[in-house]
Amino acid sequence: MTSMTDPAQGSFRLSMLINDTRYRSYTFQFIALMILIALMAFLGVNLARNLAEAGLNISYGFLGQPAGYDVNQTLIDYTSQSSNLRAAVVGILNTLLVAFLACVTATILGVIAGVARLSKNWLVSKLMAAYVEAFRNVPVLIWILMIYTLMTAVLPAPNAFRGENPSSSMLLDAFAFTNRGVYTPAPVWGPGSMVVVAVFLASIVGVFAYRRYAIKQLFDHGRVLPTGWPTPVILFVPTLVVFFALGMPISLDYPALRGFNFQGGLQIGAPLIALWLALSVYTGAFIAENVRAGIQAISKGQTEAAASLGLRPRRIMNLVILPQALRVIIPPLISQYLNITKNSSLAIAVGYADVTATLGGITLNQTGRAIECVLLLMLFYLTISLSISAIMNVYNNSVSLKER
Amino acid sequence: MSDTHAHSVSYVRDTMLPQSEPPAAQTGAIKWMRESLFSSVPYTILTLLALYVVYSLLAGFLPWLLGGVWTTANIRECREVLEGASGGCFSVLTERWNQLLFGIAYPQDGYWRPTLAFALLFVAAAPVLFSHLPRGLLVVTGLYPFIAFWLIWGGTIAVPVMALIGVVGGYLVYSRLVANSFAAGFFGGILAALLIWFIGGYITAPLEGVLALEAVASRNMGGFMLNMILGVVCVSLSLPLGIALALGRQSSLPIIKLICVVFIEFIRGVPLITLLFVANVVLAYFLPPGTNFDLILRVIIMITMFAAAYIAEVIRGGLAALPRGQYEAADSLGLDYAQAMRLIILPQALKISIPGIVNVAVGLFKDTTLVSIISMFDLVGMIRGPILASTDWNGVYWELWGFAALLFFVVCYGISQYSQWLERKLQTGH
Repeated sequence: MTSMTDPAQGSFRLSMLINDTRYRSYTFQFIALMILIALMAFLGVNLARNLAEAGLNISYGFLGQPAGYDVNQTLIDYTSQSSNLRAAVVGILNTLLVAFLACVTATILGVIAGVARLSKNWLVSKLMAAYVEAFRNVPVLIWILMIYTLMTAVLPAPNAFRGENPSSSMLLDAFAFTNRGVYTPAPVWGPGSMVVVAVFLASIVGVFAYRRYAIKQLFDHGRVLPTGWPTPVILFVPTLVVFFALGMPISLDYPALRGFNFQGGLQIGAPLIALWLALSVYTGAFIAENVRAGIQAISKGQTEAAASLGLRPRRIMNLVILPQALRVIIPPLISQYLNITKNSSLAIAVGYADVTATLGGITLNQTGRAIECVLLLMLFYLTISLSISAIMNVYNNSVSLKER
Repeated sequence: MSDTHAHSVSYVRDTMLPQSEPPAAQTGAIKWMRESLFSSVPYTILTLLALYVVYSLLAGFLPWLLGGVWTTANIRECREVLEGASGGCFSVLTERWNQLLFGIAYPQDGYWRPTLAFALLFVAAAPVLFSHLPRGLLVVTGLYPFIAFWLIWGGTIAVPVMALIGVVGGYLVYSRLVANSFAAGFFGGILAALLIWFIGGYITAPLEGVLALEAVASRNMGGFMLNMILGVVCVSLSLPLGIALALGRQSSLPIIKLICVVFIEFIRGVPLITLLFVANVVLAYFLPPGTNFDLILRVIIMITMFAAAYIAEVIRGGLAALPRGQYEAADSLGLDYAQAMRLIILPQALKISIPGIVNVAVGLFKDTTLVSIISMFDLVGMIRGPILASTDWNGVYWELWGFAALLFFVVCYGISQYSQWLERKLQTGH
């Protein structure tokens, strides 16, 4: 018979801190913590001494002071007398604007290119491969600068639209592409326009409700309701009825050439367009690769199994392939959105007033508050990144295969 | 019996008929075109559309490329030569070639040095990239950092030689002590190297002129050379740091894990440009008063940290992808943590991570262009600053941007093709 006995409780010796696995981990962690504290103390002491020598202190008072510079494209009211804080908020909104626009177009472009690259049409798939490789392998900064050059050096000046025989003309009399930016019609919200918008939003909800109802009918009673034509009917008919019943409260303000420049309409500056397009085509190439990988990850057996059940090709795509492919595609897609947000900080290269250009650029240079500005800037980007990662984790948990 | 049988059959074919050709529409180019270009009406429309796109791209691009002018001194002469015909002013590339590659301030008679260092890079990288080359070439790889430093920055050869002696000394101490324990070998090696460098500082000081090349300050580096230096140095430095961070993040020691997680998530959460701002304007506040090490070194530190965080995440994926059994097998052999990692886990995990690491490396190389925003004159900085702003070449956009894009494309596409080749080679499954 054997019996288990505890090893003799020897007295604690100093060498056990290194040689005994029970204590060694504490030793290492203690050393790491000490090194970290020493490093922090070193940096902190240096900071204090340097600040004292330069007669500076850490304070965020500058945020309340007038910024003193103009921003050419703002989403909220802003003048050069507004505070630095407001300039930073203008920058944040501009960052979010360009990031949102680029995310939408990059997704559309990427999905089209990714699917087209798998096309059986040789020419189309090779063309898409060329697009993906060309844009993935060249720095996004070069693309931004190239498209900015295209916008400012190749497009005609506003006075090219003038005269009897202008060398340039507006597209559909509504869009003008000039080297000062693109002018598009702007909606004018008259009284009662909110009702129209509300009806339209309600119609969108209505479409989803109708689709749910159709699926419920199919599952409960085996009745197939049409979903093709009712969708646009539900979407547009009530809105149009309300629109005309209220006497067309929403009208469009067209840009027109007055003096040296276009007036009226909506002006989208060349920097915003350059940044938007460059981020879209660059990230679109990456998204195309993700989409292609996602579709190829679904084994051919899935398609064949679905076909042998008698599903039509369209239903195979919608019910079998896409739900599985999306599980593979969405996580890298969201990290591409994150990359767009971070790459939008390159706005500073073309003079678009995003948060890096206002808070980290002009405000920093004018107030000399380098530490505070860079710290705030990093905090902003960290907040965005961490919240998007949190959303992604929630999503991943909800779609991941439930295994025991 | 056979005789009667032979008589009963009047005709027997005794040779095979030659196979007839398949119908013309089912072979060769016609079949290929029918299947892959014109299989249905929508596909035909798509094909015609794609053909039109290709045609209009080539119609704009080819005359510009082929009709280009290569030998004028400035844009006005170039436009005179062209006389309104379509063609590029590629003479900006020939005239500013050295500036594009080496920047403004690098000494003219020293251009052979970075060029030689660049050529040697291929020799040094080859044995790492292609495992069938003779292992003896790895000596070149080991010596390369010191040779390249001497060639590019110049100065006496005594400094890199002393650095090399320090590394060799450190390695000898490490190999002596590692049998005892990895930690002792590792820290002992580092201490020995630091000691040799410290003493070596006194030895090299009087050896100023020994085999000296003209010294070039870091701020005089520029052009594509700067992109290459930043890319190569930061990738090679961030690899060991990334491995350490990944191991730290997977470690069971809570404090070390916490430090690594915070570092990685912080770095990955902010854009590189803010880290470059830190290098440019903030870092000086955190260093002892009076220290003033140059911008390129600060930028290298920041980009290395940036790349290390991303590489750490890639390697963490590789570590997580290894089956649990590998870890348990290492434990059951009685290996300690350092041995298990060095001999069992990391070789496999790194192999899985290679494609991801190459992706990070390509991304990092592209991101080196961002240094132009903090007014360093890399390739993009050279084009935006001294060249496009000069009266000689103001207005020659597409030739310059096209050249920059082409250079980056060649390098990045080459690396990614290599990665795909390696992935196929390392594939041990079916």
